[in-house]
Amino acid sequence: MSVETLFALTACALVGIGLYGLIAQPHPLRKLIAFNVMGSGVFVLFGALAKRGAAAGLVADPVPQALLITAIVVAFAATAVTVALLLRLIETTGSASLGNED
Amino acid sequence: MTTLVSVVVVLLLLWLALWTVVARDAFLAVAGFVVYGLLLSLVWVRLAGIDVALTEAAIGGGLTGALLLGAVGRLRGTEAGTDAESAAAGTRAVAALLAVGVTAALAWGVLMLPDPAPTLAPQVVPVLPATGVANPITGVLLAFRALDTLLEAIVLVIALIGVWSFAPDRAWGCRPGARYQADPDGILAYLARLLPPIGIVIGLYLFWAGADHPGGKFQAATILAAMWMLVQMAGLADTPRIDHRGLRAGIVIGPLAFVAVGVLGLRSAGAFLAYPEGWAKPLIVVIEVALLPTLTLVLALLMNGPPSRGGVR
Repeated sequence: MSVETLFALTACALVGIGLYGLIAQPHPLRKLIAFNVMGSGVFVLFGALAKRGAAAGLVADPVPQALLITAIVVAFAATAVTVALLLRLIETTGSASLGNED
Repeated sequence: MTTLVSVVVVLLLLWLALWTVVARDAFLAVAGFVVYGLLLSLVWVRLAGIDVALTEAAIGGGLTGALLLGAVGRLRGTEAGTDAESAAAGTRAVAALLAVGVTAALAWGVLMLPDPAPTLAPQVVPVLPATGVANPITGVLLAFRALDTLLEAIVLVIALIGVWSFAPDRAWGCRPGARYQADPDGILAYLARLLPPIGIVIGLYLFWAGADHPGGKFQAATILAAMWMLVQMAGLADTPRIDHRGLRAGIVIGPLAFVAVGVLGLRSAGAFLAYPEGWAKPLIVVIEVALLPTLTLVLALLMNGPPSRGGVR
């Protein structure tokens, strides 16, 4: 099996693991971490496809790789907004619960 | 040999991903996630993405990890409340089934991929010399897909506005984050004086080298932002007031310069963000130089969080 296929299949498993955590973990911060794991799985899958696209003397297709850099930075920005939202939720309600209010 | 290394990396990666998802408490999960981010950088090296590896180590592992660690510290005590809401066994089983299903569907897609793989590399290589940069990734980011990079810079500014907007009304315009007090003769204050000059040189080198070698403004901005945060944490400098005009100018200069170059292209080369013949390299440098303060400020301020203290306006 080639390196890119190996990592592509790993990426599929990472997406699954992240998805499970997103649903099964009750704490919002844990959901956020799981979502980041899921996102990283998507990135690795895309990166493996970029490696498959090696051609014209380049070791990988530079277009998906450039988009990956953009994606990682945007994922960080979204995570920062979510963390700020979560901290504000706790400051306001005193609890991190996402359940329905009684 | 290389296959063996890859298999070990894959096994560690999967184990760490599972660890972060099922770990007993949030701190252990975050600790696992930081290591996971560093390991991901190794994956990028193996996938021939040195630029991506640098970004992942700096932002995916470093900044995101530090952000989550800071959040865990402030979330202590809220975990007991949500433990009572733990998903029922039935929900967990459905989640596991769904996860396995999604993984299987994706894996099927991977195994069915066409051969040879579609690629844009043959289209990038012949036109790369026209941009004046030798690093194909920088070429894609600032010439062929410049619109994506422009929108990304705007997304970062919007994210910062989003974080700031979570401030209570009374704190608007104040300073974000905590005011750190550290021993002025301690090791942290010493490092905060020793490391920033070195960090600034390394950051600017990565920034300049990004034209022809792996590196670039994102990686450079992360290092510069980290140096700024180190100075803040050692108590040597306070965070700026968010209503400071100079700060706000620094935050928007990148996107504004980018849009200005785009409009210039509309007038002189016939398309938004098109570069006139022979002007590609100078214009790319203008955009990069303008984006560096924006990215540095936004990354550091996203870490600082919403404004919270410093008195009234």
